Amino acid sequence: MIPLFLRDIRLASRAGGSAALALAFFAAVATLVPLGVGADLRLLARIAAGVLWVAAVLAALLSLDRLFQADFDDGSLDLLALSPLSLESIAAAKIAAHWLTTGLPLTLLSPLLGLMFGLPPRAIAVLGLSLLVGTPSVSALGAIGAALTLAVRRGGLILPLLVLPLLSPAVIFGAGAVQAVLDGLSNGALLFLAAFSVAATLLSPFAAAAAVRLNLAG
Amino acid sequence: MASLFAYANPKRFMDLSAAVLPWLVAATVAALFAGLVLGFASPPDYQQGDTVKLMYLHVPAAWTAMMAYGLLALASLFSLVWRHPLADVAAKAAAPLGATFTLLGLVTGSLWGRPMWGAWWVWDARLTSFLLLLFLYLGYMALWNAIEDEVRAARAAAILALVGAVNLPVIEFSVNWHTLHQGESIFRAGGPTIASVFLWPLFVSMAGYTLLFFTLWTIRIRTEILERRIRSLLLGGAAA
Repeated sequence: MIPLFLRDIRLASRAGGSAALALAFFAAVATLVPLGVGADLRLLARIAAGVLWVAAVLAALLSLDRLFQADFDDGSLDLLALSPLSLESIAAAKIAAHWLTTGLPLTLLSPLLGLMFGLPPRAIAVLGLSLLVGTPSVSALGAIGAALTLAVRRGGLILPLLVLPLLSPAVIFGAGAVQAVLDGLSNGALLFLAAFSVAATLLSPFAAAAAVRLNLAG
Repeated sequence: MASLFAYANPKRFMDLSAAVLPWLVAATVAALFAGLVLGFASPPDYQQGDTVKLMYLHVPAAWTAMMAYGLLALASLFSLVWRHPLADVAAKAAAPLGATFTLLGLVTGSLWGRPMWGAWWVWDARLTSFLLLLFLYLGYMALWNAIEDEVRAARAAAILALVGAVNLPVIEFSVNWHTLHQGESIFRAGGPTIASVFLWPLFVSMAGYTLLFFTLWTIRIRTEILERRIRSLLLGGAAA
């Protein structure tokens, strides 16, 4: 499991540099928003958490179709399925690698963007924390979508429709946690986000493995 | 479980549903008609006036849309665990119906929201989660259509339906945070908060919508079974 995890990280960092691309996309979307809604810093601070959460989800989504697809196309996924590793642990390793190469870099970049959107320091901290806690669920639920659309030509077009509704709680709670700080309220959203993320991360490998098994059978 | 599986046999289902369908249609027409008459006869609300009558179209549509997703998920579970082809057909047949009732709920809600809240659409949690329900249905149908192999499409769609079902309560409960939508007023501890002059027409309408769903569902399942039979006959003819 660990060698597979390390291999996926190496593949992501060397071939194509998907982590760097996801980061660039994240920053580009966040840059377009002030151009669209105007440079009023008070307004931008209000919407920063929502904008950054949506941008982070979209950026992670972009790299999702590579999660199983490349291995499926060249047959390595068949070999992996024949190995003593269960498909569930393969899915878990791939989800972990995906999070480490997209979710974590997005989290690390977010304080800088939060600062540019005029968020106060406490809110920036909570924004980073919410992304740290929440982005694993994005990789995990995204992996289910990626596995389901494995055998679909142009599956990348269906993927967002399948995954985005599932990710709505992450966006609601993640942005809600930052909003609560801005409004000076006590913060329950972060706990809900954590619960959602834990549940999604624990259950997703099973659903993703079932979907991979289904697509390898034919 | 033996008795349950006896009815899951397509042949038995066709016989049974052919016998039940006329009664189901009659009951649906009667309940919808009664709901309409009772709804129109009910007095205007002291606050909402006559627009309260939209409730008899809106609430049952929303209820049916949610029920349809529950049944879709249940059929998907049966299809995944027991691999029964009839469960596949039932799940597939439920999706467009559920999507239509969801759309109906959104449209009637929007028409009701305009006089009540002064806006066609409000981004509050319940409306938004209902819109997401529509997307769940659309994604389900898109995935089904995208995979050519029927068995594989059914099982992939079933996995998606179950994942969506796990997620649905989370979306639903988000209502409790910030919402413009009125809270639960029918099935709540301490009894309904709606006056009984409104409650009875509402219950009759809900029964009518529910029956309508089951009627259409049965018809769609029957059609799908017949279509598959025709296709296999044609394939058999081509092979000969």
